[in-house]
Amino acid sequence: MGKVVLVTGVARQLGGRFVRRIQRDPEVERVVAVDAVPPEHHLGGADFVQADIRQPTITKVLAEHGVDTVVHMDVTGAALAGGSRGSVKETNVIGTMQLLGACQKSPRVKRLVVKSSTNVYGSAPRDPAVFTETTPPKSLPSGGFAKDAVEVEGYVRGFARRRPDVAVCVLRFANILGPAADSPLAEYFSLPVLPTVFGYDPRLQFVHEDDAVDVLRLASHEPERGTLNSGTFNIAGAGLLLLSQCARRLGRPTLPVLLPAVTWVGAALRTLSVTDFSPEQIRLLTHGRVVATRQMRETLGFRPKYTTAEAFADFVRSRGPGLLPPAALAGAVDRIAALPLAGGGGKSGAGGGARRGADDSAHHSAN
Amino acid sequence: MADAKVIPFDDDRSRGGAQRPPRRRSGPRRPGDGAKARDVKAVPAAPGRPHGDAPGGADRAGAAPGAEPSVAEGARAPGAGAPGGSRAARRDTVPVQALPSEPRGGGGGWDRRIAGGLAFLRRRLTGEYDVDDFGYDAELTDQVLMSLLRPIYDNYFRVEVKGIENIPAEGGALIVANHSGTLPWDGLMMQVAVHDNHPHGRHLRLLAADLVFMLPVVNELARKAGHTLACAEDAGALLERGELVGVMPEGFKGIGKPFSERYKLQRFGRGGFVSTALRTGSPIVPCSIVGAEEIYPMIGNAKTLARVLGIPYFPLTPTFPWLGPLGVVPLPTKWTIQFGEAIPTDGYPPEAAEDPMLMFNLTDQVREQIQHTLYKLLVQRRSVFF
Repeated sequence: MGKVVLVTGVARQLGGRFVRRIQRDPEVERVVAVDAVPPEHHLGGADFVQADIRQPTITKVLAEHGVDTVVHMDVTGAALAGGSRGSVKETNVIGTMQLLGACQKSPRVKRLVVKSSTNVYGSAPRDPAVFTETTPPKSLPSGGFAKDAVEVEGYVRGFARRRPDVAVCVLRFANILGPAADSPLAEYFSLPVLPTVFGYDPRLQFVHEDDAVDVLRLASHEPERGTLNSGTFNIAGAGLLLLSQCARRLGRPTLPVLLPAVTWVGAALRTLSVTDFSPEQIRLLTHGRVVATRQMRETLGFRPKYTTAEAFADFVRSRGPGLLPPAALAGAVDRIAALPLAGGGGKSGAGGGARRGADDSAHHSAN
Repeated sequence: MADAKVIPFDDDRSRGGAQRPPRRRSGPRRPGDGAKARDVKAVPAAPGRPHGDAPGGADRAGAAPGAEPSVAEGARAPGAGAPGGSRAARRDTVPVQALPSEPRGGGGGWDRRIAGGLAFLRRRLTGEYDVDDFGYDAELTDQVLMSLLRPIYDNYFRVEVKGIENIPAEGGALIVANHSGTLPWDGLMMQVAVHDNHPHGRHLRLLAADLVFMLPVVNELARKAGHTLACAEDAGALLERGELVGVMPEGFKGIGKPFSERYKLQRFGRGGFVSTALRTGSPIVPCSIVGAEEIYPMIGNAKTLARVLGIPYFPLTPTFPWLGPLGVVPLPTKWTIQFGEAIPTDGYPPEAAEDPMLMFNLTDQVREQIQHTLYKLLVQRRSVFF
């Protein structure tokens, strides 16, 4: 008898992709896709149940379909079109509580996978450079999605205590990027000019969407030999990128703004609901965050196909060139290099002199 | 300046026991020995930089205590340029392919340097460079940050390095140094000292106070130069990766102490560095830095102002803040950085890291070794400025 998988949050891109992908796994008999709104994308052969996980109806859904694996992907930072921050928080926290309550009632549930976020670590200058799964955050996130994620993980831990027979896997994802990504960070990287915090160059880590789907699949099946897929795991691609590197690879100029001004601008933009430039987003873009992925590789046995840089490159390809395409800049430098350097001694210092010249030419090529 | 009052040497002899005399005798001779050892080692070990270390070693041998300082300086000036040049040239193997038509004539050195600079610029502009988990940008550090610090290191503070051979050639090691000077120039100079003198070209990864990572610009440069927050997690992670980690356990107590207490080591934190070293089995290399205490003689501390600004101390020196930005210019003192004999920690059982008594003993051992070396170096020093 195959497994019956219930997936929440399927109206989002990632949820939809996961539902379509997991149906092809041989051990899966049926997939029940749940969300409060009908998805715009197709879900393959999955049974879509329009249910709000904040309502107790979810208990009935679990019982009716005989669900044994629950994949909770409805913990998200930004609302789908038209939702307010308040409703997102309710879905995140109250929805999780309802879902966990339903799981506790259902004797058939054997496995729970929760999509969390590395946001739970917060982001502060006093934090260690690399977070492991056990690092306590120095400053707990005070609000927004990060706080939701912390609370959700708290309820999940409580559930794991009450139902020790259920394998619980919490996956803390770094920023998920890819061609179809619709996260706030992807929106930020799509701005023509990237506002940055003056004097800070945060370290960022990314996971590719394909890897995110794969690791969710890995966590929702029986563990492979020699691995363990219950517990809490950081999920991130190898390596990291600095924000300045990201901007250069995207070919988008940056606009450094002083930190207090950033907070005001962010608040103003949020009030006008231009973008969702939340405080935790600003903190991430100020101090950055890097997590250790040894547990993911050694215990969970998952090796991402994309490194952070490759995931970002794939995202860049999907977004089209910015105002300062890296290829054009490289070409400008090559043209300078090809110039006949009569009396090379005239150019003082390969570093300073050449750099100034190249900067000028970069400006010309931009204009 | 009065640095003759320092010396409680007779106490030392009675305490130090049989160990002391041979170590002191070997003191003056060490630079020469070190240079010889370095010459022998450097040639086979680092074939990529044939004239990077040898002249550096030679002119540092010339700077042994007996030599005239001006001569030493003169000999060093060409040597100062050489490491940078050879390093730039070494990196050129890749970019040269991009410029096949480059003639290799008399101006070949310049051409290659320019080509190297352009290739570097190209990588920077397109973002195609690597950064490690801690934000350390090796390329930027080698080519830009170190080049900016090197004139200060070579010509301004005229740093003399002793005992570089005490730093292991590979594997993790914890360098523990005294901290002084109001602004952390000593850490930066120690980083240059290891970078430019170690025959295996090791990089020092400094542990910095959280204040560094709160300040804009400073935090960015610190991360790129390979510094990270002084906490057990980061230090342990770096040591496990086999990095060379530099720590100044005195912290703000050391760097912000008044001028009257110069060269008196403060309490070494809570000894957390020892348990980190024990846990990873890394040797501890004590390091004594002489000269940094006098760069900003701190004669007062505006505590109220410091509290308002949220910084641990607000220094008042003869020039700061009275002369404005001019007061930030450090005094051109002559520096000596001595790396002492490494203290191994791999012989202890794994539970030793949890043993507070052992931790205190090791902390004291490191602290006393640094303090004694400081006194010794102060006796040898002829003047603060030469």
